[in-house]
Amino acid sequence: MKILAMVKRVVDPEVKVKLTGDAQLDPSILDYKLNYFDEYSVEEAVRLKESGAASEIVVVCIGSGDAQKEIRTALAMGADRGILVETDEADRLDSLTKAKLLAKVVEREEPGMVLMGKLAVDSESNAVGQMLAALTGFAQGTFAFKCEVDGDTVTVGREVDGGTSDVKLTLPAVVTADLRLNEPRYASLPGIMKAKKKPLEVIDPDDLDADIDLDEPAIEILGYELPPQREAGEIVDSVDALIDRLKNKAKVL
Amino acid sequence: MKLLGEHLLDEEHVMIRETARRFAETEIKPNAMQWEEAGSYPRELHRIAADTGLLGVGFPEELGGAGGGALHLVMCVEGLMRGGSTGVTVGLGTHQIALPPLLHIGSREQQQRFIPAVLRGEKLAALAVTEPGAGSDVAGTRTRARRDGDHYVVEGEKLYISGGTRADELMTLVRTGDDPHGGLTFLLIPRASEGVQVSAPLRKTGWWASDTAEIRFDQVRVPVERRIGPEGAAFLALMRNFQMERISLAAYGVATAAIALEEAMRWSRERRAFGRPLTGFQVTRHRIADMATTVESARVFTLTVAAALDRGEYRVREVSMAKNIAARAAVEVTHEAVQLFGGLGYMRETLVERLSRDARLLPIGGGTEEIMKEIIARELDLRGASR
Repeated sequence: MKILAMVKRVVDPEVKVKLTGDAQLDPSILDYKLNYFDEYSVEEAVRLKESGAASEIVVVCIGSGDAQKEIRTALAMGADRGILVETDEADRLDSLTKAKLLAKVVEREEPGMVLMGKLAVDSESNAVGQMLAALTGFAQGTFAFKCEVDGDTVTVGREVDGGTSDVKLTLPAVVTADLRLNEPRYASLPGIMKAKKKPLEVIDPDDLDADIDLDEPAIEILGYELPPQREAGEIVDSVDALIDRLKNKAKVL
Repeated sequence: MKLLGEHLLDEEHVMIRETARRFAETEIKPNAMQWEEAGSYPRELHRIAADTGLLGVGFPEELGGAGGGALHLVMCVEGLMRGGSTGVTVGLGTHQIALPPLLHIGSREQQQRFIPAVLRGEKLAALAVTEPGAGSDVAGTRTRARRDGDHYVVEGEKLYISGGTRADELMTLVRTGDDPHGGLTFLLIPRASEGVQVSAPLRKTGWWASDTAEIRFDQVRVPVERRIGPEGAAFLALMRNFQMERISLAAYGVATAAIALEEAMRWSRERRAFGRPLTGFQVTRHRIADMATTVESARVFTLTVAAALDRGEYRVREVSMAKNIAARAAVEVTHEAVQLFGGLGYMRETLVERLSRDARLLPIGGGTEEIMKEIIARELDLRGASR
């Protein structure tokens, strides 16, 4: 079985971003990383391959040329080859546009399973996986903490409000990874060295012939702003004082 | 914050640092305090490190290594130091100075026999060069190896041998001839040989988790096939690895200073005195500004020199400078960090206390600050400089 692992290059959440005078991200201090949740999905794909359930892992990313680094990171973890759908406008593509592009890649590669993070830690939309399943007609198992393949089915353990639930899906399926799915490995040095030699194909999104208009992206970025500074907390000395503050200061009562 | 020197790194370097950092944060950091106080860490750690490939940096792939050059090694040190223990990082790297003679002058068969097992973390190797009467002055080596049939008989004493108390193999510098440099030879001596007497770990100022030994060789019989390279070839082989050893020591200095700076910044923002955080005082802000300037300049210089070595350039002068700049940076910045921590910085529970002790060896080990200056002077063609 072939697995497509969809990954995204995101601003390192540990970097304290700074803004330039014209409300853009200051590129001089930005660092990028493989989206955390996608690390879980790549790890799961590698484990499925190690257990014999999968035979090939293809990493797919929509992003600028720089995103080759994140693809190489996934290749270093054990994926076999990479596909970069190259565009400098990735930040301006909305979830549906991305899902449509990925659906075309799925059509071309015909995988038995698509694994991806439940969301990207920059935009936090949590939408592309579900949309991709709808567009491709694949079954979907979201927020997976468990992913067990048995023949032509996969049992996905899902984290839901108030507990967990198992769904059994007939392959092909889209599975989106949650935090407790596994413990992602760090790439070994031989893995890193090998990753250099693994094939990485760069595709022009126009060549995918998806039903989208790349000249008119749905998102226009007007500017960035930092969250408002939080005021210091206040310790009150009685219940009456607390009620007074809630009524008159916070105005929530 | 994205640092200035990052432009010298390619994605492979960054990935190696990330792997080393994650290994260090998972396997070393939670245990660092305990291992430091115990003066030792589990031998098993070598095997775990080997699984990540980190032990193989700088060794060819056909011997189980991961390849790579100076920048790879620097990244490895930077990442591993995030575990907060210089001792463990040094302990995991003793083979980086012990095995290169095998690479440079060893036979193919010897390389195959000894190197892969060490890179797999199954065997430990240490370099035994320093003696009670011969430190920087290697020509003063007095440990003798006398040929007796198809054996050498070794008699002498080695001192301050990193990893020596539990290394399986000792890359030992011995004298087989009278020429000060040309009479020196390497023998790879099993620590388990009869007549090898290893002391208890020596008690040091810092680097606690790394064991350091005094080793006596009392009529130790070593088969001739354990001679590495021809007789008299050891001095040049030793010299050939000096540049890598020194650039990696520079990396230790940079990492030590960088971590101390981060700790000092964190503390200065949190700690309040006279009604405001320490950073509310100009004296603190200026002190930290100086520390940051020192760290960043040492780092950029070290990375620049490492990148030059990887391009194959002759940079003996700059490597010596990097070692001194970075060692000095580590000593100064850890000193300042302890000062900012005040009484707490003198307590064993703080990382800056440990780093300040660990830093002190950097201007001494792997070629003293003074030897580095002599080399720089020689490379500058100053009259009267040695050799």
